[in-house]
Amino acid sequence: MSPSDLLIIPFDDWVNTLVRDWLVPNFRPFFRALQVPITLVLNGLDDFLAFVPMLVVTAVLALLAWKYAGRGMAIFTVIGLFFIDMIGLWPETMTTLSMIITSVIFCAVIGIPVGILAARSDLMWKIVRPILDIMQTIPSFVYLVPIVMLFGVGMAPGIIATIIFALPPIIRLTNLGIRNVREDLIEAAESFGSTGWQMLVEVQFPLALRTIMAGLNQTLMLALSMVVIAALIGAGGLGLVVNTGLGRLDVGGATAGGVGIVILAIILDRITQGLGTQNQVQTVSLRETLVSLFRPRGKIATTEPGKAG
Amino acid sequence: MPAKLRVKDVYKIFGDAPDKALDLLAKGETKEAIFESTGQTIGVQDANFEVEEGQIFVVMGLSGSGKSTLVRMLNGLIRPSSGQILIDNDDVASCSADKLRDIRRSKIAMVFQHFALFPHRTILENAAYGLKIKGVGATERRKRAMEALEQVGLGAWAESLPSELSGGMQQRVGLARGLATEPQILLMDEPFGALDPLIRKGMQEELLALQKSLKKTIIFITHDLNEALMLGDRIAIMKDGRFVQVGTAQEIVSTPADDYVAAFVADIDRGRVFTAESVATEPSVVDLDADTAGDAVKAMEDQNLNALYVMDGQEIAGVVTYQQAAAADRESGADDVPLKDVLITDYPSADADTQLADLYERASTGLPIAVTDTDNRLIGVVEPEKVFAQLSSETPTEAPQPEPDTVSEPDRQPAL
Ligand SMILES: Nc1ncnc2c1ncn2[C@@H]1O[C@H](COP(=O)(O)OP(=O)(O)OP(=O)(O)O)[C@@H](O)[C@H]1O
Ligand SMILES: [Mg+2]
Repeated sequence: MSPSDLLIIPFDDWVNTLVRDWLVPNFRPFFRALQVPITLVLNGLDDFLAFVPMLVVTAVLALLAWKYAGRGMAIFTVIGLFFIDMIGLWPETMTTLSMIITSVIFCAVIGIPVGILAARSDLMWKIVRPILDIMQTIPSFVYLVPIVMLFGVGMAPGIIATIIFALPPIIRLTNLGIRNVREDLIEAAESFGSTGWQMLVEVQFPLALRTIMAGLNQTLMLALSMVVIAALIGAGGLGLVVNTGLGRLDVGGATAGGVGIVILAIILDRITQGLGTQNQVQTVSLRETLVSLFRPRGKIATTEPGKAG
Repeated sequence: MPAKLRVKDVYKIFGDAPDKALDLLAKGETKEAIFESTGQTIGVQDANFEVEEGQIFVVMGLSGSGKSTLVRMLNGLIRPSSGQILIDNDDVASCSADKLRDIRRSKIAMVFQHFALFPHRTILENAAYGLKIKGVGATERRKRAMEALEQVGLGAWAESLPSELSGGMQQRVGLARGLATEPQILLMDEPFGALDPLIRKGMQEELLALQKSLKKTIIFITHDLNEALMLGDRIAIMKDGRFVQVGTAQEIVSTPADDYVAAFVADIDRGRVFTAESVATEPSVVDLDADTAGDAVKAMEDQNLNALYVMDGQEIAGVVTYQQAAAADRESGADDVPLKDVLITDYPSADADTQLADLYERASTGLPIAVTDTDNRLIGVVEPEKVFAQLSSETPTEAPQPEPDTVSEPDRQPAL
């Protein structure tokens, strides 16, 4: 005896009906239109990165790594990127990089405002929180099918899947960062007659920036981890290399793609982590920026305003 | 002078059913009883006071007595449950959000216990915050913030970050930030509470010095009675959200309204509260040329004094003691020993507002202290024993009767 003897719920049929018979026919144009900005940004970036010579990209990334993550990381960046180029995966790596950057841009554009709204209204947070919980627990394979049905296959649908997967941390940490701004600072800002907007721009956002950057870093890492899965629905790049290798049982090809992803992940992770701990240096002048560019990182990060709290 | 700030019948109840709590309050229930039966916390009850322009009004009370709640209601950070808070003629308690913002921008600023400086902004930017919020342009803002920083002696630190400054310096930045917008009213919630005693003392003196030129209307919160007595033109003592006494330092120390205040006052440094003026008596004098030692002896016997001041016209010539005058009188056998022969020209003197603490030494010579005005004319005399009596005015009543409730007996009120 079990409940299923009494009643069988055709849950899968319901979902099928909802997606196939209602969402797809009625909203397909709407979902197609959603892709337009994504495609626009992606193509722009992809063209740009394909156009810029390999050595220039390497130099820029190495410089960023030097500034935000130290000299060792800069050396690693150069060696890693040279290696990728020498195993013949440079174009795929650039495609993946532009996909990642596009995903992260959209995650930030959506996630930071949502996080801010959630931080400023308990009601909003009550609504957003369970949605984030669901987004983080649903296995990503589950939403690949409806995404394909609604958006088709290709780069843009791959990025949309990535955005869904990588969005929660930036929202959570933006919310957390803003809610954690010291109460007495809020009170001080208010006592001088700040408007809600002034409070946000002058006090809350700058003070939450470190936490927000940590969220951005996590979002970036999640986006990288989606590269292979997104390739299943037609996104190219290193993910495709791995998938192809998998399909052909070509260990070498799959490993090469995997190594490329790992190298890219390490470089991007360190740079964004460095960004997060660095941005407390406020309103630095151009000269200071140039000076700090050529200074080992450890010394810059000594004055942490967060410590006061 | 007109009242800058008027607070009328202000109540603040924390909780979701303030009416119930107000009812119980009206029936005379205590704060604890109301909290137990309704879960409502009395923040402030029945606050009524006025602060005149240019005055320092100190609110003093123990932790949880409602000081912060009160001061936060004055700039609308907390809205009162009922009552009026009038700044000029605008009611902060009931005005619109726009109006409130306006008042905060133009009339009233606040200095916080833990400084509340923005850690991501330089000292100059911190000081300029209020101006920026008001929409003052960048150059003007810089100039005025710099002026404010210079007022508190921190001009050289303009480009530093708050974390690079010591606590005392940070609070001076807090003060500069408050002063930069040129508000008429300054709210200070235990501004020196987080500072070391020595630095705190310096800051108190600095505040008084600044106030001499600024003449702001200041509401100053503290839980330190000595600080209250030192700074306050008027002082309110708070307990359980209620004012138990409002008055000048001397009024509070000499006539505590109840045991609660008396217990506070018991161990304060009375020498810093009372001045020479408060214990001085009308001088009775003899004249250097017209009177003789014999006359002086007679006068002292009549008034039961040990020494008398001798005047040379309008000037103080010196002082004669009973012992010396009587001895000289006896030895000469005649009635005409001139005062000049027994005159002590090295007499102790003090200004009317010299604190008693600074009179100890002068009083220990045993001679009465001449209280003089700015033209060095004699306006009163302080008998040495009066100084010690005032400083230890607990002893006479406490010796026979150690009960604390004897402290408010009228017979121990000092002459004011
Ligand atoms: N937001 C609040 N919600 C509920 N109760 C509060 C709130 N703020 C203050 N109270 C209560 O109101 C009373 C007065 O608190 P308040 O902070 O004004 O005291 P205080 O005199 O400033 O004390 P301290 O010297 O510790 O700063 C206390 O009993 C406190 O518990
Ligand atoms: Mg307080």
